[in-house]
Amino acid sequence: MGFSGFALLKEALNGQRGWTEHWRKAAPKPAYDVVIVGGGGHGLATAHYLASRYGITNVAVLEKGWIGGGNAGRNTTIIRSNYLLDGNIPFYELSMKLWEGLEQDINFNAMVSQRSVLNLYHSDGQRDAYARRGNAMALHGVDAEMLDREAVRARVPYLDFDNARFPVKGGLLHRRGGTARHDGVVWGYARAADRRGVDIVENCEVTGFLREGGAVVGVETTRGTIRARTVGMAVAGSSSLLAAKADLRLPMESHVLQAFVSEGIKPLVDGVVTFGAGHFYISQSDKGGLVFGGDLDPFPSYAQRGGLPVFEDVAECALAMMPMLSRLRILRSWGGIMDMSLDGSPIIDHTPVEGLKINSGWCYGGFKATPASGLCFAHLLATGELHSAASAYRLDRFARGALIDEKGVGPTPNLH
Amino acid sequence: MRITCPTCGSRDLHEFHVLGEAEQARPRLSGDFDSAAARAAFTDYVYARRNPAGPHDEYWYHGPCDTWLVVRRDTRSHEVHDVRAARGGDRP
Ligand SMILES: Cc1cc2nc3c(=O)[nH]c(=O)nc-3n(C[C@H](O)[C@H](O)[C@H](O)COP(=O)(O)OP(=O)(O)OC[C@H]3O[C@@H](n4cnc5c(N)ncnc54)[C@H](O)[C@@H]3O)c2cc1C
Ligand SMILES: [Zn+2]
Repeated sequence: MGFSGFALLKEALNGQRGWTEHWRKAAPKPAYDVVIVGGGGHGLATAHYLASRYGITNVAVLEKGWIGGGNAGRNTTIIRSNYLLDGNIPFYELSMKLWEGLEQDINFNAMVSQRSVLNLYHSDGQRDAYARRGNAMALHGVDAEMLDREAVRARVPYLDFDNARFPVKGGLLHRRGGTARHDGVVWGYARAADRRGVDIVENCEVTGFLREGGAVVGVETTRGTIRARTVGMAVAGSSSLLAAKADLRLPMESHVLQAFVSEGIKPLVDGVVTFGAGHFYISQSDKGGLVFGGDLDPFPSYAQRGGLPVFEDVAECALAMMPMLSRLRILRSWGGIMDMSLDGSPIIDHTPVEGLKINSGWCYGGFKATPASGLCFAHLLATGELHSAASAYRLDRFARGALIDEKGVGPTPNLH
Repeated sequence: MRITCPTCGSRDLHEFHVLGEAEQARPRLSGDFDSAAARAAFTDYVYARRNPAGPHDEYWYHGPCDTWLVVRRDTRSHEVHDVRAARGGDRP
C-alpha cells in the first residue's frame, strides 16, 4: 500500500494492521529482459529507473544475501556534490537533484536531510585549493561558499580552532549536502521497483555467466540458470570476483573501509564536518550517535572487518579537530568492502564481453551516487548508449590516459 | 597483523608499507614503446589487478632494513603464508 498522511492516520486507528510487505519474496523466472546482479543501492536504483523511466519491467535483481546487507547498509550516509573535475561534477549534481525529489518519486521516506557539508581548511595553500574547488562547483551551478574562521566558529564553535599544528582557518560550505537514511534508500528503491513488477530475488548468488558464441546470455546462480538479453553487474566490492567469471581483469582493488558510532548524545553536530589535515569526517544521526570514519585499511581486503591501526588514526584526527570527543564512548564499529578503482572514479560502461555491462568503482563515495548511478546505468542497459552525465566513466579511460583522478595521487587505490 | 621479515624477524604492521599486487612483472620490452602491444602491456601492468579473495602476492616495504618484500597474504583472513625478499626480476 502507498504511504500518505491519510494512510498513517488510518493505520493509527486500525492498530497498524494494514501495512504490507515492502516487496514480494520473488522466485527467479527462467528468463528476463534485464538481469541486474547485486541488490545494493545501485542495483535497486537501476531497476527502479529501468521500470519507471524506460518502461522495462521484465527485470530481476539478484542478490546473494539480503537487501541492504552490503555497503548500502554500512555507509555513513553522506550525500554531496562538491567535486572538482569536469567528468564528475555534472554526475554528482544530477544525483543531488534526484535526491531532492527522491521521496516523492519512490513514495518512501528516505530521510534525505540537507544539513550541509563543511570541509575545514587549515593552511593558506589549502584555502586556495578549496577556493578553486568551490569555483569549479559554482561554474557547474552547484552551491559553494567559502567561510572564514569566524563564520566557521559561528556554526561549529566546539572545534579546536587554535590547535598548534592544525589551526582551523576556515571552510568550504556546501549547504545542499547532508545525509540520508541508507536503509531507507534501499528499501524504498526495492519497494518502488517491486511495485512496477521487478523481481527482487534474495539469497541468489551469481556463480558464473551463461555464454553463447562469446556473448553473455544469462547467469548461473545458486537458484538455477537465468537467461537475460542484457546482464548488468552492480556488485561493488565483489566486482573483480564477478568479472573474473567473465575472464575480465578490472582496474580495481577491494579494500575495507570502517565506520564508527558513539553512544547517543544530545544534538551537537548540525551538519557534516570534515577535517582537512587528515582523513576524518563526522555527523550526528537522528538517534543522537556521532557517526564518523576515516581512511581505508591500506592493503586489499575481503574481510568486511577492519584493523585497529586505522581506528587509532581516526581517533587521533578526531581529537585534533574536536577535543571534546575524548569523553565519548564508542558503541559500534564495522566495515564494508569498497570497489576502489585505480583513479578513484567510477565506471558505468559496456564491457569487452557482449551482453555484459558494468557499474563499479564507487570507492567510498558511492552512496551519494546511488540515484544518478541507477539512472545512468538504466539508460545504458535500456538504450545501449552512455548517459550524458556519465559519459566520462569509461572502462577504457585507463588505456587512453583519460583518468578522472580527483585527488591526483595516481594508480594507488589505497590513497584515493 | 605481524609480518616476518626475512632479515629482521616478526615485526608489527606499523613498520611496513604496502604497495599492492605483485603478480605481474614489469613488461620487458625492447624497441618501440609506443606500439599498440607495448601500450596494452603497460596499461595492464599499471592498472589491471587480479584482486582475488584468497592468497595474494603483494609488495611490502620494510623501513628498518630498507627491503622490498613479496608477501603472500590471504585477503580474507590476513593470514601471511610466505615472505621473501623481492628479487631484481620482480622489482616494482
Ligand atoms: C564504512 C563505509 C562508509 C561509507 N560512507 C559513505 C558516505 O558517507 N557517502 C557515500 O557516498 N558513500 C559512502 N560509502 C560507500 C557506499 O556505501 C558504496 O559506494 C555503495 O553503497 C556501493 O554501491 P551499492 O549500494 O550498490 O553496494 P552494495 O550494497 O555493496 O551492493 C552490492 C551487492 O552485490 C551483492 N553481490 C556481490 N556479489 C554477488 C554475486 N556474485 N551474486 C549476487 N549478488 C552479489 C552483495 O551481496 C551486495 O549486496 C561508505 C562505505 C562504507 C563501507
Ligand atoms: Zn626487515
